[in-house]
Amino acid sequence: MAVSYSSSLSSFAAAAAFAETKASIAPASSQAVRFASISSARPFIAPLTSNSTVHRNRRASFVAPRAAAESHSSPTSFHGLCYVVGDNIDTDQIIPAEYLTLVPSNPAEYEKLGSYALIGLPASYEKRFIEPNETKTKYSIVIGGENFGCGSSREHAPVALGAAGVAAVVAQSYARIFFRNSVATGEVYPLESEVRVCEECRTGDVITIELGESRLINHTTGKEYKLQPIGDAGPVIEAGGIFAYARKTGMIPQSA
Amino acid sequence: MASSTIASPSASFIPTKKELGRSAFSPASSPFSVPKCRKSISKKIVSVMAPQQSERKPAATGSVKTAMTMTEKILARASEKTHLSPGENVWVDVDILMTHDVCGPGSIGIFKKEFGQNAKVWDREKIVIIPDHYIFTNDERANRNVDILRDFCAEQNIKYFYDIQDRGNFKANPDYKGVCHIALAQEGHCRPGEVLLGTDSHTCTAGAFGQFATGIGNTDAGFVMGAGKLLLKVPPTLRFVMDGEMPDYILAKDLILQIIGEISVAGATYKSMEFVGSTVESLNMEERMTLCNMVVEAGGKNGVVPADSTTFKYLEDKTSLPYEPVYSDQQARFLSEYRFDISKLEPIVAKPHSPDNRALARECKDVKIDRVYIGSCTGGKTEDFMAAAKLFVASGYKKVKVPTFLVPATQKVWMDVYSLPVPGSGGKTCSQIFEEVGCDTPASPSCGACLGGPKDTYARMNEPKVCVSTTNRNFPGRMGHKEGEIYLASPYTAAASALTGYVTDPRDFLQ
Repeated sequence: MAVSYSSSLSSFAAAAAFAETKASIAPASSQAVRFASISSARPFIAPLTSNSTVHRNRRASFVAPRAAAESHSSPTSFHGLCYVVGDNIDTDQIIPAEYLTLVPSNPAEYEKLGSYALIGLPASYEKRFIEPNETKTKYSIVIGGENFGCGSSREHAPVALGAAGVAAVVAQSYARIFFRNSVATGEVYPLESEVRVCEECRTGDVITIELGESRLINHTTGKEYKLQPIGDAGPVIEAGGIFAYARKTGMIPQSA
Repeated sequence: MASSTIASPSASFIPTKKELGRSAFSPASSPFSVPKCRKSISKKIVSVMAPQQSERKPAATGSVKTAMTMTEKILARASEKTHLSPGENVWVDVDILMTHDVCGPGSIGIFKKEFGQNAKVWDREKIVIIPDHYIFTNDERANRNVDILRDFCAEQNIKYFYDIQDRGNFKANPDYKGVCHIALAQEGHCRPGEVLLGTDSHTCTAGAFGQFATGIGNTDAGFVMGAGKLLLKVPPTLRFVMDGEMPDYILAKDLILQIIGEISVAGATYKSMEFVGSTVESLNMEERMTLCNMVVEAGGKNGVVPADSTTFKYLEDKTSLPYEPVYSDQQARFLSEYRFDISKLEPIVAKPHSPDNRALARECKDVKIDRVYIGSCTGGKTEDFMAAAKLFVASGYKKVKVPTFLVPATQKVWMDVYSLPVPGSGGKTCSQIFEEVGCDTPASPSCGACLGGPKDTYARMNEPKVCVSTTNRNFPGRMGHKEGEIYLASPYTAAASALTGYVTDPRDFLQ
């Protein structure tokens, strides 16, 4: 009931502050000194398989409320192939407007949205993000440049990426609404890089992201890059979004 | 917060004459040099036009000890704080929540999932639901989405639902309005000093009324539906001071395209953009809406124009609710301040594929075009069609050389197009003039092809064409085809380009 929400709002506030707290980093980072990338010839941490493996359990929070009994181990790392895009990837490229008739809160349409993720990219992108007749991508990490997710406020954008199987986006900076929607839905981790990783990685490179250490490792090139810490937004995304987080931490009642 | 005190007019703002259009612009020497004129005028108007509201506790008027910007004051009042600084996260009471057919069903889904199937919205009179995006289409899911809105509004007894049931003839639907941002203004939902949130990035349009207005996602909107409030971070403000008489070939669209070209598509990310100066004061409400509409194209969180007599006049017959405008204090801190001499500005376009890819219209005179589109929340208002019609009149009723699509934003705009006389035409209406020069018949009001939409959307770019458009975005695929090329322009420039078949400076016809 709405009433009980109102009474819990003040405690909810503390947690929800994530949504725009992280935002304070964005303007600063765009003017920050760029650190040189750390080069290292690290051996692969784990045996590679052709399938991307993503260590997380929060997928499809829109489809059904997740059972509380499920394990809640922290997603400390993501491992998989990356898909590299450029600057100013706007929401029309992430999910073109013709697919906005799909309602993200409808489970079947959630899946369908995922199958159209990044379908709006121009033909200059030779490798498709999602193969024909597939609904999921083989790239679990998207790497972009400046101002990722600019344009519309459509929440369909982070939802489409999440539904397609993307665990994290790594970009130099984000448009405000995309960042907030990513955290509020818990669909993808919007991580910020300190250097222009989109020019250092190529689509198909094998990537590990160590969330706790705020580190991105490109196993294909053997290079490592520092990321901005995800901060308080991390636990919210891990929980599966703002409502799930508030429930998990007891800020709002367990069930509606 | 430290960042709020940083002066950061970047080197790119230093005027260089060889760069087009920039000579008209110069950065302020100090970000804190707030112009002193006009303040007294504004305050006088406040006392006359806006009676105090007793149930509000305005930190914002009267006894302010620490200076604040307009945006800070609006958020302070809505969060019942006496003072706010940029960077603070506060729970803000929402005056109006707007949603439409594209994001409404998803927001409703989240509201029901999280608050319960039988939950009631926080205030049935503060949620405004406006179907406008995908209306005149046979797409079944799009039609279903409007049905979802209708069912929800009936169930919740939502007071302001601008429904359409007969898609074959929009005029048979007296409740139907059209483009949400324009309908919000025309129906009196935009009021100075208030907080308006909407599930659409162009919700910032309402900042023209001196209110805080910004776009949010479905999850946030679902939360607001149940709780009536939202956690917002107070943005620092960039101030844009525009002075000088606006040349009669320049429109607000040129101003905002110039600014976006100057600060880039991320130049105002997380920030508020405040527009002041004698040029802004001279603009009518629709032109101010154009200015605020595109702040999101610079990444801005919101845009504001101080409310004045123009605002109050517009609101006279639109709302009976009391409202209380607020204004930036003279000592308010701005992240940076930009000063422009508008009298020297030339008509601007944004070339493909980014709203900050600025050029002078005359520089693009060799760009051959396939079509012209006049419409949307940005360029589909009454004044936009009047401007296009005026240019056609000034040309001596030359015929358009490319298909010219006209999509009035709302039913009210459509009626204006068919009824208001165009100055200098001997009493002809816009529609008569458009017909005479060979434009397409004005279409049913909606968001139309501005964002492509379903394949059967009127004037959608289904082939890789080159279009001059009065809309707001020109990223790849925005109006349909990924290889389509969109030149964003003012209604004058769009009309001039229609007459030549090339991107054309409107001075070719207006002088």
